Amino acid sequence: MGEACAVIGVGQTEYRSRRQDVSMAGLVREAALRALEDAGLTFGDIDAVVVGKAPDLFEGVMMPESYLADALGARGKPMMRVHTAGSVGGSTALVAAGLVQGGVHDRVLVVAWEKQSESNATWALSTHPPLTPSIVVGAGGYFAPHIRAYMRRTGAPAHIGTLVAVKDRRNALKNPYAHLRIPGISREMVESTPMLWEPIRYLETCPSSDGAAAMVLASADAARRAPNPPAWVHGGAMRSEPIFFAGRDTVNPRAGRDCAADVYAQAGITDPRGELDCAEVYVPFSWYEPMWLENLGFCGEGEGWKLTEAGATALDGDIPWNASGGVLSSNPIGASGLIRFAEAAQQVRGLAGEHQVDGARRALGHAYGGGAQFYAMWVVGSDRP
Amino acid sequence: MNTQFDSLTADHALEFPGGYTRSVGPVIGRFLTELRDGRLVGVRTADGRVLFPPVEYDTDGTAVTGEFVDVGPECVVGAYAWVPRPRPGHPLDRPFAWALITPDGADTAMLHVLDLGVFEPGAKPPKTLRAGLRVRPKWRAERTGTVGDIEAFRPDVTMINAPVRADYRLSAGRALSRFLGGVAEGRLLGHRCRVCGKVYVPMKGMCPVDGVPTTEEVEVPDTGTVTTFAVNNIPDPRAPDVPFVSAYVLLDGSDIAMVALVAGVPADQVRMGMRVRAAWRPREEWGQTMANIKWFEPTGEPDVPFDDIKDYL
Amino acid sequence: MNDIAVVAFAQTEHRGEDSGLSEVEMLAPVITEVKQSTGLSRFGFTCSGSLDYLAGAPFSFVSALDAVGAWPPISESHVEMDAAWALYEAWVRLRHGDIDTALVYGFGKSTQVVREDGESGLPELMTLQLDPYYLAPLGPDQTSLAALQARAYLDAGHKEDDLRAVAVRSRAAGRANPYALDLAEPGEEEYEVAPLRPSDCPPVTDGAAAIVLATGDRARELCERPAWIRGIDHRTDAHAFGARDLARSESAALAGEKAGARDVEVAELHARFSHEELILRDALGLGDDVRVNPSGGPLAADPVMATGLIRVGEAAARIRSGEAGRVLAHASHGPCLQSNLVCVMEA
Repeated sequence: MGEACAVIGVGQTEYRSRRQDVSMAGLVREAALRALEDAGLTFGDIDAVVVGKAPDLFEGVMMPESYLADALGARGKPMMRVHTAGSVGGSTALVAAGLVQGGVHDRVLVVAWEKQSESNATWALSTHPPLTPSIVVGAGGYFAPHIRAYMRRTGAPAHIGTLVAVKDRRNALKNPYAHLRIPGISREMVESTPMLWEPIRYLETCPSSDGAAAMVLASADAARRAPNPPAWVHGGAMRSEPIFFAGRDTVNPRAGRDCAADVYAQAGITDPRGELDCAEVYVPFSWYEPMWLENLGFCGEGEGWKLTEAGATALDGDIPWNASGGVLSSNPIGASGLIRFAEAAQQVRGLAGEHQVDGARRALGHAYGGGAQFYAMWVVGSDRP
Repeated sequence: MNTQFDSLTADHALEFPGGYTRSVGPVIGRFLTELRDGRLVGVRTADGRVLFPPVEYDTDGTAVTGEFVDVGPECVVGAYAWVPRPRPGHPLDRPFAWALITPDGADTAMLHVLDLGVFEPGAKPPKTLRAGLRVRPKWRAERTGTVGDIEAFRPDVTMINAPVRADYRLSAGRALSRFLGGVAEGRLLGHRCRVCGKVYVPMKGMCPVDGVPTTEEVEVPDTGTVTTFAVNNIPDPRAPDVPFVSAYVLLDGSDIAMVALVAGVPADQVRMGMRVRAAWRPREEWGQTMANIKWFEPTGEPDVPFDDIKDYL
Repeated sequence: MNDIAVVAFAQTEHRGEDSGLSEVEMLAPVITEVKQSTGLSRFGFTCSGSLDYLAGAPFSFVSALDAVGAWPPISESHVEMDAAWALYEAWVRLRHGDIDTALVYGFGKSTQVVREDGESGLPELMTLQLDPYYLAPLGPDQTSLAALQARAYLDAGHKEDDLRAVAVRSRAAGRANPYALDLAEPGEEEYEVAPLRPSDCPPVTDGAAAIVLATGDRARELCERPAWIRGIDHRTDAHAFGARDLARSESAALAGEKAGARDVEVAELHARFSHEELILRDALGLGDDVRVNPSGGPLAADPVMATGLIRVGEAAARIRSGEAGRVLAHASHGPCLQSNLVCVMEA
């Protein structure tokens, strides 16, 4: 893992369906300047900038980091652009952390963003190129069959997805940045919304958001001078597997299991449910909470839905998942993974505000993308490893 | 590389319908508003320079002061490029120049169009074109608040909805061309990997697990088993009705399920393990496309037990 | 920190017309080639560079994984940049010390970008990478912007004949390189956009390339003469043209200084237009004694997204063949040499 690396600044924009009060540069600067302020730094103190976002088709600007260089104070510095589909926010954080862990830089600014309101997510994610052998009907149409397979395999009752949808939206009411804030959210409200891609209901899906998130990552030396408490990186890893191959387990993909095992080994964790205090996990459709509980080793196979049902993942449960409201409450796609990583850091820094998990000292940040085939994860802690 | 195969090509346009909707924020917004009113403004930086066109940040990332300054309309040309044959996306359809233009009172330049008059296609640059040329904006009569509100700059007297479109001619590649060629004859073709022995329909020409090329061709029947599926309640032009079922169909003899429509049965009666057969369009409508198969329909055979399909999920 | 070296390099025989192969079919043989030449089938880290807008669809890197054999799952990442930046990411990852090999690849099929009138749409496609408020709406294409920079360079006291010399030398070198295009000696040509003539501009090219990096003893074990990376750095300039002196490249000079661009015998430069080579020579302090682009460079083959990575591979090949002891590779990203990467390697 190399040199020690810490999060010393976090900045987020308000997530909304349309951030029409800002340009793209204004949006990313809002997050970047807040992260710098948290770290007690200015652009002049930054050694390198790493930018992440999902497909450029969302805004119709190709490789927009070139245009954003000026807005992010990157002139005269190294600047990179990461794109690994939905996991990109997480991958971008890991690439930035890698620069510190590799001993290349002391202070790296990492920014991830999406301004989905400039076009339309369904169009940008499936542009229907000619000459294709199969039909895929949006992200929901892709993931719904895997959720059905999970339910069949584990015998999970149909209301589990509803429970997650309610829990994450209740958490969002405590997060001032969250996009979907639904007062009085309840099971009845979720169950009254239509099935879009059965078994996925409308309120069991994530919104489309405009937003950006940023972090300042620092070496041990630079972290010592930071005004606010750091979150130390205890482990980080990426894993990928092909989207279609014979014998692929799409319900519980091996790339996710391997990625988690790698990160836990680096962090010295053998019992994630017992040793982690909370987790920010990429759950764009509510059923992915029980699925990822199993995939990430928080319980045995077939047991994930039981944890959810018992309230273990609620803010007052033994292992809160997505105290921030998660992807189900805010989803600027390219930033969503970075938000998970940043919210995990805020928890162990004790700076998560109203949705703080009491006494959190170790947290997991998680992102996935593509056909549930790209994974990025990190474990952060209050103590230097 | 061997190119002796029938490669399919198709034209493709990547264009977000109606154009992207770009919010511009306070600084660009102020500039575009002034532009619509026929004025050029720059913004002052913390160290007193005037940025034109104004942005929220100096090139080192520090925020600007927010003080807007009238600049121009007299401007000076810096670097320039004469375009003797304009391209389709260019703002003028006759020869013109791109130029960096700095208004008097500003410290930075913007790229814009220089209109030096009417020239034949392919014309050499006029002698008047040089760095230092004094120019002024030529305003459009109807202005909407985009950089195009200035039609061009022209010598003294001198001179955004954002449609984005890219056009392609895409190749299917060797494997997919072969597969769709088979579909055009009513055949479903795949490859068997020589390392793992798995059959891929359609073939990819390589095994994604072993990372080796595959060449052994296998033909499979048009019958198979639904492994899992979604019931879609959002209309799709490719589907017959709402709700419609998109399913993973494991063709008999294939080791990988493919995504296809299932119809000819009410959506709430589709089951995991259901046996299905391809419903082909009339032969005279066939082309080199998967659309030859309208969807898959139940065969009426007994369902396949879950244990037999659980490893294909 | 560990010594890191280029131990294998493969590239396609680049083509100026569509072969009909898909991107992944084009890429697969070069992956196979570097696996065979190193005897490795698994790598500690994999990183690639490609561009959705070249493929005409989002997620162009997903199907590329099929060419790698990503099973069991691999540690992998992707940059939406020239694959030279994927190599940089892999170099950083190797410095962590827990892995000892990395696979890097890049690919692009520029010939697929075809306008409705049948001409190449690549120059227009590159308009999409410009400031979406002030530049892109005007529609300036890549060639026009390059000509603007060439004009600024000439106006700073240089001669157009120097551009011609670069074009002539590059095409001749390209004809001697079996992987580059076979382009005729430039004759009398009309300007494409003055001062650039067609031979000053990169040919539309399809291609792919792959490199294997390894550390310390592992590198010595995998390759008889590894090209050791002695310095690698990249820097960006402002995007706003008006804020830059287009006749110079400050970012290339800075990256060169950080990477130790001194005393090199051969330089492979990602100069896609003739004047870019001259601007880069100035920025990197390359004298007349330095052989520049013996491969022919991007003026002889420009498979976008792999062109920069190929510079690293070609420069490393001069080390492996014993022709040179210290070489430089350069890659560029963004309009008018906005970002520049410099990699210095030694025997």
